[in-house]
Amino acid sequence: MLLAVDGVTFDIADGEFVAIVGPSGCGKTTFLNAVDGLLPLTSGTLTLNGKQIDRPGHDRAMVFQQPSLLPWRTVLGNVMYGVEMLRIPKDEALTRAKRFVELVGLGGFVESYPLELSGGMQQRANLARALAVDPEVLLLDEPFAALDAQTRETMQQELLRIWNETRKTAVFITHDIVEAVYLADRVVVFTARPGRVKEIVTIDIPRPRDLRVKRHPRFVEIETRIWESIREEAARDALAASA
Amino acid sequence: MEEPIKYDSLPNFPGEIATADMGPTRVPRDSAVRTTPLPPQTWLRRHEALLIGTVAVAAFFVAWQGVASARIWSRLFLPGPVDVWEAFVELVKDGELAIDIAISGQEFVIGYALAALVGIPFGLLLGWYPRLRFAFDPFITFFYATPRIVLIPLFIIWLGIGIESKIAVIYLGAVFAILINTIAGVRSLDTSLLRVARSFGASDRQIFRTIALPGSVPFILTGLRLGVGHALIGVVVAEYVAAQHGIGRMMMIAGSTFQSSKVFAGLFLIAAAGLLLTYGLQRLERHFDAWRPQR
Repeated sequence: MLLAVDGVTFDIADGEFVAIVGPSGCGKTTFLNAVDGLLPLTSGTLTLNGKQIDRPGHDRAMVFQQPSLLPWRTVLGNVMYGVEMLRIPKDEALTRAKRFVELVGLGGFVESYPLELSGGMQQRANLARALAVDPEVLLLDEPFAALDAQTRETMQQELLRIWNETRKTAVFITHDIVEAVYLADRVVVFTARPGRVKEIVTIDIPRPRDLRVKRHPRFVEIETRIWESIREEAARDALAASA
Repeated sequence: MEEPIKYDSLPNFPGEIATADMGPTRVPRDSAVRTTPLPPQTWLRRHEALLIGTVAVAAFFVAWQGVASARIWSRLFLPGPVDVWEAFVELVKDGELAIDIAISGQEFVIGYALAALVGIPFGLLLGWYPRLRFAFDPFITFFYATPRIVLIPLFIIWLGIGIESKIAVIYLGAVFAILINTIAGVRSLDTSLLRVARSFGASDRQIFRTIALPGSVPFILTGLRLGVGHALIGVVVAEYVAAQHGIGRMMMIAGSTFQSSKVFAGLFLIAAAGLLLTYGLQRLERHFDAWRPQR
């Protein structure tokens, strides 16, 4: 058995946007899967509003790294997928799905199939599917990692716009420090495997933020600090691997 | 505030770069780069595959007729396309052919439908429950590896020489192709989709209905298409052995009485049936191809 994550302790406030960064292979995704309830915990507890997490539930929804859309369903059908599991009346589910398709900017592609969409649009649908469940916590597993640089920035901006409208508690996994600092209220830095919390950096950059904030000296300062922190971990990990 | 770079004031780069061997390469500033548009595809180009194929088939029939008309071998031995056509017309006029087609068709439809009705649900089940699959795998492997027509004598003992024994052979022929492909379809489901379903709190039944079933459709169609071939072999071979009516029996009798033209007529009938069914299922398959897991 591999110990992926160990001794991760931190609290996330309601409506907060937390990003988790760390050297690759540090167990970020494992941690997120555990929060989603897809992976059983060996020890320790994960609680949401005081309730222990042991299986997937409608209070959490995941935006996956790969769009993972059902190729035989239209955009609307895909966004409906999570909502269908909620056992709410069909017409209510439909209105809700439509609202979120609209919110993520896919209003013109309701009847399109995933394979007809670009990578960025597929991730929009992926996001809408999670939001439509109306979860208390939105879990995002490197959702923009596979996108090209321009699309990624557009999607970051879009995510902030959408998050601003829904104000969901969000846990965002990424290996992109700039992305983490741009999006989050707090950035949690994981150590090399087994992942522990190395430090938690509060991002004191006011919202609303637009992409130009990435060039601000304060932004660069925070980014550099986190970069140093991760570099240290990566070096330690490389040393451990060669030993 | 820094002075913005004035691109116009820069030397005409790379136009001014000159080497000793080559004269200066000058790219005029006002020359927009244009590409030549591709020539429009002609009708001939677009239907190339179909045209060449048709011509090849036509050439084959002409050559066949030529060889047959030369009468190097007797008509009993090698009939030409014209003889085959005449035999076909004669069979139609007799009224024999209609009965044979009806009987063979009936056998095929019942046997094939049974194979689909059993193969698809059972395949879904075996694909979904590994332990059930472990139990049935040896039997499936045994039957799939064995030519099932060797069972014809047994079926005749058990079911007689009527259509029942033929249906059994056709059924056994088609069912394994459908079964094995359906199992493969369920087993090759995109794991990321299963994760999505579980993450959204889908029950096992919901996962089956929303992911496993639609996700297996392309593979089921492949199984159905391959099953057509097996079923048609079943029709002909089972009737060869012992039957009262049917295309296979007609061909068998024609063969043993040196009516080669009729054998060819039967051959083309079976081939036409196979081509038509396979073509239809292939069209359907292509339609659902996008559903196959992308790797």
